[in-house]
Amino acid sequence: MSTRIGTVFGQELRQARRNLWVILATAVLGLFALALALFGAGQGSGLKVDVLTLTAVSLATLSVYLIPLIALLMSYDSISGEVERGSLALTFATPVRRWEVFVGKFLAQTVAVCVAILIAFGTVGCVIALLSETGQDGIFAWLRLMLTAGGLGAIFVGIGLMVSALTCRTARAAAAAVGVWLLLVVLYDVALLGAIMAAGEGIFATHVFPWLVIANPADAFRLYNLAMIDAAPVAGIDGLAQTLPFPPVAALAALGIWLVATIAIGSARTRRIVP
Amino acid sequence: MTETLAIKALCLSFGGQKVLDDVSLSVQPGERLALLGHNGAGKSTLFKTVLGFLRPCSGTVAVAGHAPGSDPAREAVNYLPEVVSFQRNLSGREVLSYFSGLRGTPKAEVSDLLARVGLLEAADRAVGAYSKGMRQRLGLAQALIGTPRLLLLDEPTSGLDPVSRHEFYEVIADAAARGSAVLLSSHGLEEVQDKTDRIAILARGRLTAEGTLAELAHRAGLPTTIRISARPGAADALHGEFGGRRINGCRLDLDCAQGAKVDLLARLGRHHDKLRDIDIAPPGLTDIYRHFSRTGPTENQT
Repeated sequence: MSTRIGTVFGQELRQARRNLWVILATAVLGLFALALALFGAGQGSGLKVDVLTLTAVSLATLSVYLIPLIALLMSYDSISGEVERGSLALTFATPVRRWEVFVGKFLAQTVAVCVAILIAFGTVGCVIALLSETGQDGIFAWLRLMLTAGGLGAIFVGIGLMVSALTCRTARAAAAAVGVWLLLVVLYDVALLGAIMAAGEGIFATHVFPWLVIANPADAFRLYNLAMIDAAPVAGIDGLAQTLPFPPVAALAALGIWLVATIAIGSARTRRIVP
Repeated sequence: MTETLAIKALCLSFGGQKVLDDVSLSVQPGERLALLGHNGAGKSTLFKTVLGFLRPCSGTVAVAGHAPGSDPAREAVNYLPEVVSFQRNLSGREVLSYFSGLRGTPKAEVSDLLARVGLLEAADRAVGAYSKGMRQRLGLAQALIGTPRLLLLDEPTSGLDPVSRHEFYEVIADAAARGSAVLLSSHGLEEVQDKTDRIAILARGRLTAEGTLAELAHRAGLPTTIRISARPGAADALHGEFGGRRINGCRLDLDCAQGAKVDLLARLGRHHDKLRDIDIAPPGLTDIYRHFSRTGPTENQT
């Protein structure tokens, strides 16, 4: 079992490297992190928090857009493309289990995303820490950001693979991936803001709304990072971070549920593919 | 029960339409069976059923005595689909190592397989730079991993030039000599003549014929055509005597059953003064194939 997952994993990781996905993702994430760090350094003197914490806050907000996009781009064609090329039929004709193929692909692409995050955010974090006065809080905030960013990447790799297995066609998978990104990253927030403004103060705002926010993996990621930083300058939905009716760790649990659900649904769906 | 592949009364439908209807066939170890049929005759569907990708409505399939899709069945069978394109940025060796890993066979076998299909020199180049023939040979090498007991080859040589095709069949013959049962599909009889031991013809989901080429030719009972060129002015007399079809002023075509050939030629010999030339055209492979892919199974029982 483990050797078969390992085989799929190795092949998939090799491709992520050959397709320059890892390098591209690292470059994009690194450049954005650096830009935000410079911006944070410019205004940091006026605030009571250090530059690293400040950059972690703004990077958490930006990562919500970038990391799902990178993860979806890396994964959406992974199964549908192989169905169209005919190579998945060959794979499925071997004694490999269908779920092993799904999990092997998932692990490899998650590692690819995480390596990109580790290199990009790690390097920029070190640079900031060395060049500015950095306290323990700042370092913890940065580490939390890197860890949860990896989790966010894993979830969206899972979603991308699930979409790929559900559609089985590259064109449809691409459309679905774009749809998922727009829905979870952009439209969901807009809809929630609209709802809270329409509902005003009341049961919805205090008891329903916070749960709806962490039901979305992108929002849960951002909320967790902001809620763990006391001095974070926040606005909009993120204002919720300071008045949460539950401990921030609940957001992590929501991320965990998403992760398990996407892998379970994706694996189950992969079993039913006729290649 | 010695068959590597045993299919009995297999039926399969897609959306109410029967794609496979009462198909029975078997392949022994070391035997090569060619499955012929038009596009859409059900060849690929049959393969996918043997692989366990599709579930039959009725009938049974046994791969080395096991249900299709079960672990022992998947270990026994190797497959080369009609259209396959491997990841362009991987090398031939990496592609084979991947499938070798999935089958849990020793990696040392990979170089040997690459040599068997003549790809050893190109082994470390990217598959994207391979020619069509090379990619097809890589697909074949993939299908030979782990010395399979059953080889399923779906139109393996379509689009290959005659030389590549010949080499391809040599590798297949070699695999059969090592004990693999081979089931391969093709479009035409010419291609598989002398390359396979038995032939089965599939038409609209039904098996219309099965046997050696000689048996099929005999069972089809197609007439031999005798083409006569008459001397000037003698054509009418010959036509009156023998019947047949007039082609032009001096040519006549006679259809003649297999057994009556010598007799007819002897009769023609008595009119040798009226003849300029005689040509004998036995039924071609295309004629035999067309005969069986046109008719239903009940019409050619002899």
